[in-house]
Amino acid sequence: MSSRLKRGSWLIVLATLVLCAVVLASFANAKPTVSAAPNGGKTLNIYGFGPGDDVANGRAEIATRALGGATVDNPRGGFNDQVFLTRLASGDVPDIVSMSRDRVGTYAARNALMPLTNCLRTESIDRKMYRAAAVAEVTYKGQVYALPEFTNQITIIVNNDVAKAAGVSLADISTTNWKKLRAANKKMLKVEDGKVTRIGFDPKIPEFFPLWVKWFGADLISKDGLKAQLNSRQAIAALEFTHSLIRDHGGWDRFKAFRDTFDFFGSRNPVVQNQMGAWPFESFYYNVMADNSPNVDITAKYFTNRKGGPITLFAGNGWAIPRGAKDPDLACKWMKAMTAVDTWVAVGKERLNLRRRQGRAFTGLYTANTMADRKIYEDVYQAIGKKQFDDAVKLLVQAPRYAFALPSSPASQQLRQAYIDAINRVLAGQQTPRAALNQAQSEAQKAINDAK
Amino acid sequence: MASVASTAARGPRRAPSRLSRFRERETWYAYAFILPWVVGFLALTLGPMVASLYFSFTDYGVQQIAGFEPTKYVGAENYRQLLDDGKVRTALGNTLTYTVMMVPATMIVALALAMTLLRIGKAAGFFRTVFYLPQITPPVAVAILLLLMFNGSFGIVNSSLERIGIPGPFWTSDPSWIKPGLVIMSVWSVGGTMVIYLAALHGVPQQLYEAAAMDGAGAWRRFRDVTLPMISPALFFTFIILTIAGLQNFTEAFTAYFGPGQAGAEAPEAALMYTIYLFRQAFQFFNMGFASAMAWLLFVITMIVTLVNVTVSRRFVFYQGGPK
Repeated sequence: MSSRLKRGSWLIVLATLVLCAVVLASFANAKPTVSAAPNGGKTLNIYGFGPGDDVANGRAEIATRALGGATVDNPRGGFNDQVFLTRLASGDVPDIVSMSRDRVGTYAARNALMPLTNCLRTESIDRKMYRAAAVAEVTYKGQVYALPEFTNQITIIVNNDVAKAAGVSLADISTTNWKKLRAANKKMLKVEDGKVTRIGFDPKIPEFFPLWVKWFGADLISKDGLKAQLNSRQAIAALEFTHSLIRDHGGWDRFKAFRDTFDFFGSRNPVVQNQMGAWPFESFYYNVMADNSPNVDITAKYFTNRKGGPITLFAGNGWAIPRGAKDPDLACKWMKAMTAVDTWVAVGKERLNLRRRQGRAFTGLYTANTMADRKIYEDVYQAIGKKQFDDAVKLLVQAPRYAFALPSSPASQQLRQAYIDAINRVLAGQQTPRAALNQAQSEAQKAINDAK
Repeated sequence: MASVASTAARGPRRAPSRLSRFRERETWYAYAFILPWVVGFLALTLGPMVASLYFSFTDYGVQQIAGFEPTKYVGAENYRQLLDDGKVRTALGNTLTYTVMMVPATMIVALALAMTLLRIGKAAGFFRTVFYLPQITPPVAVAILLLLMFNGSFGIVNSSLERIGIPGPFWTSDPSWIKPGLVIMSVWSVGGTMVIYLAALHGVPQQLYEAAAMDGAGAWRRFRDVTLPMISPALFFTFIILTIAGLQNFTEAFTAYFGPGQAGAEAPEAALMYTIYLFRQAFQFFNMGFASAMAWLLFVITMIVTLVNVTVSRRFVFYQGGPK
C-alpha cells in the first residue's frame, strides 16, 4: 500500500469513528433540551395547535399576552398520537396539548392527562360558560380533563333547486318522519344507465350514526362511558333505515362511486352541480359554500328526533394538560385565555374585518363558549345579505342548545372503530345490521373492559 | 535461494487464525467501513426488535410509555389474544390473499416488460425510463390516481371495459374486488423488478439460444428451457423480496382507504392489511404489547414462508457453475 493511500485510508477510518461516536453520543444524550426564554423567564411548550388561520393566530397572540412575559413554543402541526407518545416516552412532555375531544377520555383513563380541578379553581374558570355537551365529552369519571374550544354542529343542508325539481316540499325533508324522508329520497335521487347521477338524501353513515341513534333518544354508550350499547334495538333500527336510504340508489357501490367524484370543497361543489338533494353536515360547510358558491339556493334545517325536537352532534378540539407537564399553571392560564369570551369576541371582530377586506362572507364563529357565541352573534355578526346564509346562521347559533356528544370512554377509539367497521360490513353486504352490530358490541365492550 | 530454503524449512504455510486476521491493517479498514451500518443496524433495527420481543410479553401502553406505571409481565397473554381476535384473522387472510395475487402478477408483468425491452432497439432507453417512472412516483400519488381511475361508475378503467362490452366491477367498494385493485396498484410500480430481470436477461449467453434454435427449439421452448433456467436466480430473488414486501404491505392500502384525506370512516375490512391493523392497535388503541406480539407473529410467518421458499427453490433455481 502506498504511503499516500495509507494516509487517505487512515483519514477515512478516523472520520468514520468520529461519525460513529457522534451518533452514539446523540443517542446517549437523547434527552430533550429545554429552551430557556430569551428574557430568562418561563416558556410554555404547546403541542397540537401549530400556527393556524387568522382566528387561531389571533387567539394565540391574546393568550400569549396573558402569560405575563412568558414565551410560547408552538411548533407547526396538529395533534398526532405517535408524536405525542414519543414525547411522553422521551420525557419531553408538552405543557399543554390541543387534541380532538373524543380522544380525551382514552388518554385520561390511561393517566396521561391531569384533571383540571385545580386549574378551574385557581384560575376561577366558570365551567358553566362552556357548552354542557362539549364539557361532557371531556369529562371522565366525574373529572374534567380538557377545556373545549370550537363546536361543529350538524344541520341538514337542503338543495332547494333539487327539491323543487323533484316536487318535494321542505317539510318532507325532515328526519322526524322516516317514511316521508324515504319517499323524498326516492323522488330526489337520479339513476341513469345504472349509474347514480344524483343523491337524494345522504344519511352520512358511518360518521353521523350516533345522530341517527339519538333520534330514538338512545346513545351508543352509557353515560359513564363503561357500557357499549351498539346492538341496542334503536341502533339496529337506525342502521336498517339509513342503509335503506342508500339501497334506494341501487346499493352502496353505486352510491359511493358517485360520491367519490364530488368536488366537495370547490366552486363546482355538489350543490352547484345539483348532485345532492339534502344531507346532514357540519357547520363549516356553510362557510365553504358562502365562499365558493354564494348564489346557491339552500335551506338549513335542524336534524330532528322522532318527536320533532332538534338534535345535533358535537365534535371539536379541547385543551388538556399532560401529566408530567413542567408548568401546568402557565398551561392553565393559556387555556383560560384561549377560550375566554373576550378573546373569541376580539378575533370575531378581526375575522369580520378580514372577510370584508377580502370581499367574502362572515358566517360567524361557533365556539364551545355559550356566552361568546351569543356576543359574537349579537355584537359582531352582520347579516350577509343573502337570505339563505343569514337564515342558516340564525339556525347555527341556536343549534348548540340541542347538542349532544358521545360520553367520554376509556376506549372511545375502539368503540368508534367497532361501529364504523360494523356499518361498513353492512354497506358492503357482508352482514345484516343485527349481526354486524352484535359483533361490534362484543368488540367494543371487550376493549372498554380491558381499558378501564 | 536462501529464502526458499528457509521457507521450506518452516514447512507448509498454515491458514491464519481468526484472531491473527485482525493483525492485518486491511481487516481493520474493512470493519471501520462497515461500522456505521453495524451501529445503525444495532440501534435502529436489532435494538427495537429485541425491545418489541420483550414488550410482546408485557402490558406496555401509554401509562408505561410515559413512565406513570411499571411495565407488567403478562406472559403469553398477548399471543393468546392473537388467536381470539377475529380482526387478526381477517387482516392476516387479506394480507396472504394479496401476497398470493401480487407476487406472481408482479413477476409476470415485470418479466414481460423486461423481455419487450430486450427486443426494442433504439428506443429501449426511453421505454426503460417510462416503465421505471411509477417506481419513483410517491405511493401516495399512485394510490390517489388509481382510486380515480378505478372509480366503479366513472373511472377510466371501467369506461374502457364498458366500450368492449365488459361491465367493470366496483374496484374500491366491492369486498371481492378491493384486493385485486390493490394488486394492480402494486403492479403499477413494477419498474424495480423489471430492471433486475432485464439485467439477468442480458446475462444469458447468446450461444445457448443459437444451439437451441439449431436443435429446432421454437420461441416458447427457448423461453422455457433456456431463458427461465438461466434467469432463475433473479426470479427466485425477486420472489423472496416480493413475498416479504407483500406480507408487510401498508402504504397502498393505507393511503387509498385509511389515511387522512381519504374517507377513513368508509374503509372496508377487505382492505385491512395486517400491518394496518398492527398500526391501529399500537397508535390508535395504544395496545403496544399486543401490537408487538402481532409484529412477532408476522416475523415468524415471514421466516417460515421464506425458509419454505428457499428449500423448495433448490429444485428449481439454476446457478451457473454450481449444482442444480
